[in-house]
Amino acid sequence: MTKQLLSFLFLLISAIANAQSLEPQMADTFRQEGKIYVVITVIAMIFVALVVFLVILERKLKSFENKIKN
Amino acid sequence: MRSWYKILSVILILYTLVWGLLGNVPRLDILNETIRNVFYHVPIWFAMLFMMTVSLIYSLKTLGSNSLHHDSKAYDAAWIGFFFSIPGITTGSLWAKYTWGTWWTFQDPKLNGVAISILIYTAYFILRSSVEDEQKKAKISAVYNVFAFVMMNVFIMILPRLTDSLHPGNGGNPAFAKYDMDNGMRMVFYPAVIGWILFSFWLFEIKNRISILKNKLND
Repeated sequence: MTKQLLSFLFLLISAIANAQSLEPQMADTFRQEGKIYVVITVIAMIFVALVVFLVILERKLKSFENKIKN
Repeated sequence: MRSWYKILSVILILYTLVWGLLGNVPRLDILNETIRNVFYHVPIWFAMLFMMTVSLIYSLKTLGSNSLHHDSKAYDAAWIGFFFSIPGITTGSLWAKYTWGTWWTFQDPKLNGVAISILIYTAYFILRSSVEDEQKKAKISAVYNVFAFVMMNVFIMILPRLTDSLHPGNGGNPAFAKYDMDNGMRMVFYPAVIGWILFSFWLFEIKNRISILKNKLND
């Protein structure tokens, strides 16, 4: 009886384990290590750099506009 | 200067760049983490559509006023919109490769509609460069731009909804509910759309100021 019960238990465990592996894969381990922040910071820094470029460009434009006005 | 909208756009985009990667998204098969592309790929198209609408408005104003300033604004807006369609189409192609399994599919009316729309706007730029007389150029290209805008909407907004499309929200009832988005995603998606639309307007303003300077130097 105990043997049968044990084998049923193992079957159940393996079924549960299988069901878990069927769940859609996401970047869980990637996030667990925490280093996703580095990537996000890099992306943000690149965007900020582009914005700074735009601001400088606008200042240049402003000076040209003033020159033409005078 | 009216720079509040530029600051707002940068804040919104930075927020979506960070929170779009950190926030929780629904776990879906095939899409997996690529569902986050909704925060980056889709707003680019919204910005493009917005710029084409701005271009249409200035073209209509050109027809009403015959003003060359309005014509130059219509051109600049179309130029920025065209510029946004390039990252739009390449990121879409990359996303399609990893989810639909192909870089390009002729089964999807939205992809082909976008390709045709890009060609229609290419024709707009070629048309402009082929007319010498400034007044004539303004009028002809304004008329063509109205046509181009209508055709683009037929190809990317209407036709994909009449037939089957791989794009969510198409082929039947169009709604954001079909994007498989939960409320957490909406908190990132809508700010991203607003942020990129404002950003495109910033680029448009810079482009237009350069055009004005160019015209003044030519006079």
